[in-house]
Amino acid sequence: MEGNRQGIEVTERGDVALSAEQTRPGPVFMPQVDIFEIPEVITVMADLPGVTADDLSVDLEDGVLTIRGSVDPPEKDPEESLVREYDTGSFYRQFKLAQTIDQAAISAKLSDGVLRLVLPKVEAAKPRQITIQT
Amino acid sequence: MLVRRLWPAQFSPTPGRLESMRREMQTLFDALEGTTASRSPGVFPAVNVTQDPDNFYLRAELPGVKTGDLDLSAVQNRVTLSGKREIPQEEGASYHRRERAGGSFGRTVTLPQEIDTKKVAARYDNGILTVTLPKVEAHKPRSIAIKTR
Repeated sequence: MEGNRQGIEVTERGDVALSAEQTRPGPVFMPQVDIFEIPEVITVMADLPGVTADDLSVDLEDGVLTIRGSVDPPEKDPEESLVREYDTGSFYRQFKLAQTIDQAAISAKLSDGVLRLVLPKVEAAKPRQITIQT
Repeated sequence: MLVRRLWPAQFSPTPGRLESMRREMQTLFDALEGTTASRSPGVFPAVNVTQDPDNFYLRAELPGVKTGDLDLSAVQNRVTLSGKREIPQEEGASYHRRERAGGSFGRTVTLPQEIDTKKVAARYDNGILTVTLPKVEAHKPRSIAIKTR
């Protein structure tokens, strides 16, 4: 499993690089995702530990899907750190979607720090059998 | 002509300080028995351990884990976290990205002090496991009043 903790890196195969507008200070991480597709929908599953629905935003504009989430550091004064293997901060990731999505029908469910985004494809994008007449 | 650069004397840290830093790091790493902190096949949750005068706190990022698949036990000054994370394979789907890993994990963290195992409490919220481990009462540092004439 490759390191999933790295500084913000938006440019990825086919992804659009836009400058991230940060409203919260702190590190920005790229959440790990699974993206899979069946004829009718594309599903995105993202690991966003510590993110609540209030601190999550999902945007789809011009074929670019942006996931933004933030987490407040859970440590309270006077806690002092003994072992620190991970940092808390914001999550940010963008994808350029090749297919057209029916935006009104997108569903997003956040549960136990995992976001499940179901993006139904627009009718015309579904593969259609073309009968060849002879 | 060969020119060799030697460490300027004022930049080399004193051996004593380096040695005590190395020993501190070693103690911290020794405290993480079981799996290593580096990413390798399987799911090893990264953990953060903090303390305040009364408790230790252990936090782990474990998104999408069912609490029934999580096992937590504590004895003396050690806490063991184990379980499994299931990522179901979606039938008939073609994957464009596959970054999330599932599998079993197990870690034991050794704490610098004994804990009161009867009072250990754990919460799982939004994919973060937080374990509160109260320190044994008798081992908490006590303030000593200094009397003067």
